Amino acid sequence: MRLLINKIFLGLSIGSALIGLSFLAWILITLFMKGLGSFHFSLFLNDLIDGGLRNLIIGQMILAGLASLIGIPLGMTAGIYIQEYGQGKYASLIRDLSDIMMSAPSIVIGAFVYAIVVVPMGGTSGWAGAIALAIMMIPVVINTTDSMLSLVPRELREAGIALGASKYKVIIDIVIKAAKVGIMTGILLAFARIVGETAPLLFTSETSNYFTLNLNESFPSLTVSIYDLANEPEKSSRDLAWAASFILTVMVLIINLTGRFVTRNKK
Amino acid sequence: MSVMKIKKFSFTYAGVDHPSLKSITLPIQKNKITALIGPSGCGKSTLLRSMNRIHDLYPGNKYDGKIELLNEESGKFENILEIKKENEFIELRQKVGMIFQKPTPFPMSIFDNVAYGLKIAGIKNKSELSDRVEIALKGSALWKEVHDRLNKSAMGLSGGQQQRLCIARAVAVKPEVLLFDEPTSALDPISTGAIEELIVELKKDVSIAIVTHNMQQASRISDYTAFMYLGDLIEYDKTENIFLNPKEQQTEDYITGRFG
Amino acid sequence: MEKIFQKLSLASATLVFVLLVGIFLTLYSAAKPAIDEFGLGFITNPEWNKEVVVPTTPDAANKAEALNSNDDTITGEDDVMIADEDDEIADEDEMLLDDEDESVTKTIYGGLVPIVGTLLSTLIALVFALPIAMGIAVFLAEIAPKNISNIVGIAIELLAAIPSIIFGMWGLYYFAPIVADIVGGYQVSLLTAGLVLGVMILPFMAAITRDSMNTTPAVLKESAYALGATKFEVIKDIIFPYSKVGIIGSIILALGRALGETMAVAFLIGSIFELPKAINSPTISIPVAMANNFGEASGLGESALFYLALILFIISFAVISLAKFYFLKKAK
Repeated sequence: MRLLINKIFLGLSIGSALIGLSFLAWILITLFMKGLGSFHFSLFLNDLIDGGLRNLIIGQMILAGLASLIGIPLGMTAGIYIQEYGQGKYASLIRDLSDIMMSAPSIVIGAFVYAIVVVPMGGTSGWAGAIALAIMMIPVVINTTDSMLSLVPRELREAGIALGASKYKVIIDIVIKAAKVGIMTGILLAFARIVGETAPLLFTSETSNYFTLNLNESFPSLTVSIYDLANEPEKSSRDLAWAASFILTVMVLIINLTGRFVTRNKK
Repeated sequence: MSVMKIKKFSFTYAGVDHPSLKSITLPIQKNKITALIGPSGCGKSTLLRSMNRIHDLYPGNKYDGKIELLNEESGKFENILEIKKENEFIELRQKVGMIFQKPTPFPMSIFDNVAYGLKIAGIKNKSELSDRVEIALKGSALWKEVHDRLNKSAMGLSGGQQQRLCIARAVAVKPEVLLFDEPTSALDPISTGAIEELIVELKKDVSIAIVTHNMQQASRISDYTAFMYLGDLIEYDKTENIFLNPKEQQTEDYITGRFG
Repeated sequence: MEKIFQKLSLASATLVFVLLVGIFLTLYSAAKPAIDEFGLGFITNPEWNKEVVVPTTPDAANKAEALNSNDDTITGEDDVMIADEDDEIADEDEMLLDDEDESVTKTIYGGLVPIVGTLLSTLIALVFALPIAMGIAVFLAEIAPKNISNIVGIAIELLAAIPSIIFGMWGLYYFAPIVADIVGGYQVSLLTAGLVLGVMILPFMAAITRDSMNTTPAVLKESAYALGATKFEVIKDIIFPYSKVGIIGSIILALGRALGETMAVAFLIGSIFELPKAINSPTISIPVAMANNFGEASGLGESALFYLALILFIISFAVISLAKFYFLKKAK
């Protein structure tokens, strides 16, 4: 009897794993079918105004890239502070606040940036969108830097100090280098995450049908446009939305898998 | 002739109410090997780590008494417990080096590892660095094994080689004193033997203090031995006296394996 | 140089604190007009963007009474009476008023519907995801051999990496029709939104639960096996009790995340400002209300949206903090 219960339980567990996997498969297959169906290379050559996705793809990458330029240094230095310099209460507090921000609603971040950037600037802009994405990125980078640094053995730091190196030299020359791979993975995963974000951009940088590099106005975004296209009645818009979804997912998964692959190779 | 004088030194860890070291008085003799032995928790590592003030990485510790280090230029003894400024700490650690229980190769090439302390000391000249790295590696009996792959990562070395690398790294800056904190306890017997030989060789140029929980090692390589128990220095004498003719009952009990 | 580096890293760290406080203050100040206008009644008022006639003289009060409806719900400080659900009637009736402008038309906002929508959709997500996530975690931690566990683990993490808008697209065109077929009713509804939300928080819950389960010391498990226990019994009697706190924490944390989910829910919940009559009715959630209306909103309407944002922020913060501080204390 006990063995029967055990078998049933194991079956349920394996079943759950299969359910989880099948959702993944279902979504990916759907994307593949619908996306490939509407896919053609001209999508990469034309901007949205001409029925293509070029400006959106480039725009999304620019926004994510700009956000990274802001978010990575800020996140890493904050993570370094928490792990290496922080003593006791204050560092713990920052660590906890950062963790909380990691799970904070992205639309609220969008509203915040709307109030402090869009309103004073008098309108939407690429800057606002990038800032919103940066705010989302910072806690993740903090978390990964903090965790990876904490894995570096204490003695390595002591060995550096014992040779007469000052603390910041030990951190930069030794500790960060030792944690380099893990931190890089974390950053790549964070980047993949913000590339796929929509809500923070909805009313900060919105999107644009045209190719532009001007960050002072609405800036093209793949994700926001998918939302717009999906809400349009024409079938051609929705097909385009699928093609865009397909490309977006491929982009995000490639970045994500690259990040994991990097760790795999090192030891 | 001593190079370091520890005088009535007491140490209490942050957040703990009883001291881990109680009024220790002990010399470290020049160009000799002094072993610190005793059962777990006796404070031998705590004492060793006070000698290069590495405890100061962690705030809140308290100490009393003096630890005096001979200033080779002036011939005077200076109390290292009074050091407060960043650059004085750096100078101290360039004079008093440390090797840890776990080999700690830095994530860089073999050459860069050994050159690290030299670069901190301001040596930039490539040929000088190269020479001193070679001397240090030869002095640690590692040169033959690595001279053809100095640019390879140090992480590729075996445990014993890594530890010898750490010794080369510490020796390259020509310190006065070298502190070894259980340097062979993480190594296999063959590597242990090689490193013990190396340490004995090194005393020509540096004064050595070594913490070990291996009594046989202490009796093999050290000139002087200090036996500690629960934060007190029980007995200090020439090694052969400690092992063949201990004065304290506790020392004899420990030596004969009755506890610890 | 050392000092500069130290100060710089401290500054970055402080930025986190500043941001969090800044978000709260900004939301509050943008929401203040709505807060002042509607007070806490905002939370229980289901009427959103309803035009209401407010009498400014006693005379008009009687006329207004005739216009406004039977429901005697009072919100705010003014003598506001709620109009009929039908805006058109109010418009028509306004023409009955004298030209002397004895009344003012105000728009009132109440956040009950999105708040309820947020909470209910999250609840559905939780109920749906919990058993599956637990099953996956058990599979990964205890049942699967190492390499299968790794591969499946990565697959589950890839599910987590899929952007939420993709869940929206797939959910709307593929998942929703199936749900509607099985359960009947609308395709876009509280139920479909909740279910897709569940699929989205699955990987997160499974991963944290698996990690919690893995902290169970091997010796504990081995002792049980040595006594002849089956896998099920070891999981039930040893592992789950041991990692109970972490598991509950993962559930609450997943809840916290689901609360703020926007895009997938936007596709699927229907965006109707009405309390759902049944589980498969369309309704709306706070993030969706914001996403849909922010673009055109202004004045009091915009402020009401910020009020919603503030409420969402506070609820999320509270839930996530609860998970973190009570259940998921990380040992350093």
